[in-house]
Amino acid sequence: MSRALLLLRRAARDYAPAALLLVALVVVWEVVVRALDVAPYLVPAPSRIARAFMEVRGTLPGHLRTTTSEAAVGLALSAILGAACAALLAWSTPLRRAVYPLLVISQNVPLVVIAPLVVVWFGFGMLPKVLVVTLMGFFPIVVATTDGLLRADRELIELARSYGAGRWQVLRGVLVPSAVPSFFAGLQISAAYAVLGAVIAEWVGASSGLGLFITRSQTAFRVDRVFVAVAVIAALSIASFAAVHLAARLAMPWQHFVRGGVQEEV
Amino acid sequence: MSSMPDGRAIEVRGLSLTYAGRPPVVALDGVDLVVAPGEFAVLLGPSGCGKSTLLRALAGLVRPTAGEALASSVAYMPQRDLLLPWRRVLGNATFAAELAGVPPAEARGRARALLGRFGLEGFERAWPAQLSGGMRQRLALLRTFLAPRDTLLLDEPFGALDAITRREMQGWLQGVLAEESRTVLLVTHDIEEALTLADTVYVMSPRPGRIVDRVEVSLTRPRDATTLTSPEFTALKAHLLRALEGPTRNR
Repeated sequence: MSRALLLLRRAARDYAPAALLLVALVVVWEVVVRALDVAPYLVPAPSRIARAFMEVRGTLPGHLRTTTSEAAVGLALSAILGAACAALLAWSTPLRRAVYPLLVISQNVPLVVIAPLVVVWFGFGMLPKVLVVTLMGFFPIVVATTDGLLRADRELIELARSYGAGRWQVLRGVLVPSAVPSFFAGLQISAAYAVLGAVIAEWVGASSGLGLFITRSQTAFRVDRVFVAVAVIAALSIASFAAVHLAARLAMPWQHFVRGGVQEEV
Repeated sequence: MSSMPDGRAIEVRGLSLTYAGRPPVVALDGVDLVVAPGEFAVLLGPSGCGKSTLLRALAGLVRPTAGEALASSVAYMPQRDLLLPWRRVLGNATFAAELAGVPPAEARGRARALLGRFGLEGFERAWPAQLSGGMRQRLALLRTFLAPRDTLLLDEPFGALDAITRREMQGWLQGVLAEESRTVLLVTHDIEEALTLADTVYVMSPRPGRIVDRVEVSLTRPRDATTLTSPEFTALKAHLLRALEGPTRNR
């Protein structure tokens, strides 16, 4: 069997159940809404949402672009800051003891409280949105990466030292590569929340973006358009999750091999 | 490290090592041992007798409580293969050499030249996860050989392998050493392995570790199946078994 066909079969096996369930749910939704004659400003039928999508398909890409760039820049920033911070925390135990509790506390301040403040401090432009995404994404990356650095194989570090490796060589040759899988595990979580963070920040005040689109649709009682936005946000989240997954694969090619060939995707 | 007197690659004098703790653990107690350049010495003893500690002291990873552990430049190979999962076979082979200051291109060239001898021909682009247990161990040995060091400290290099593969590897190691001469200090708890490989066997007592016997093995090389069943081999084996049982133990 050709490789392309094999991949296609594998994709069908992996994704078909989720796709089928989704289709089934949409059909049930349509039937129930029609049968009970639910008012469209309460719960619109999928067909009505599809029509709303066609109406707004001209204006939606602009909003989508805004939200995507906020999420992407915020995520990139949290990755860079998170990794750097993790390196510091893993390097210094006193620093870790001092900072870790603060990090945990900071995670428990609800985003809906923080977002309006950030907007007040930094205005209505792109910056506050990026900051909210960064604040959200930072924590999982710091925690996962610090853990990865600390859990590097001690014997491996000793081996490197016995051959004359200095601190820097140990960091570059052993610690950083050991922590790469953990870093990506953290990044994966952050990526799943990045779009949500951007949307919440836009909610508070923006001149463009999916969050703004939702607020406008709500005030106009266009629930169908709200659902359009929800669908777009979901798609965007899946896309960013997939992008990180792909990046992880490219960065860690060794993880997909076991003895005797290529590991089967689970 | 390199200020060794002539005629010796390893010199251990009155080495004692106690690990701090409650209670403190005396791992080594007054160990004396000398290995000449080009000699294959084996440290034979039961688990937990401090064999590994002696190697770690020679590798400079632990500090002796008393006495001295001197060695010309050593390449240390721990019990676990400790291959880097994120480096391919070739990258793992050159890891120690690079850390020891060999230019990467030169290290890769030397590694490629030895891949065949280490049974890794055609696998230079493979990841460690794709290798068999025996191949992993040979790769770890190749990494150790490629470090620019005269003396190899091998801690149970074949301990994790099945008996058949282990025998193969012992035969293979003899062949490699016949071509690439090194001083070796190998740790094992396997009497047959000791007698197959060693010029000299040092027998260690259970904790606290002391050298209780020194046996010279003058069996002809290469030592194969015939050697293993010879009367001389059996006599030496009986001798080592008695030495391991210890003189003071009453039953």
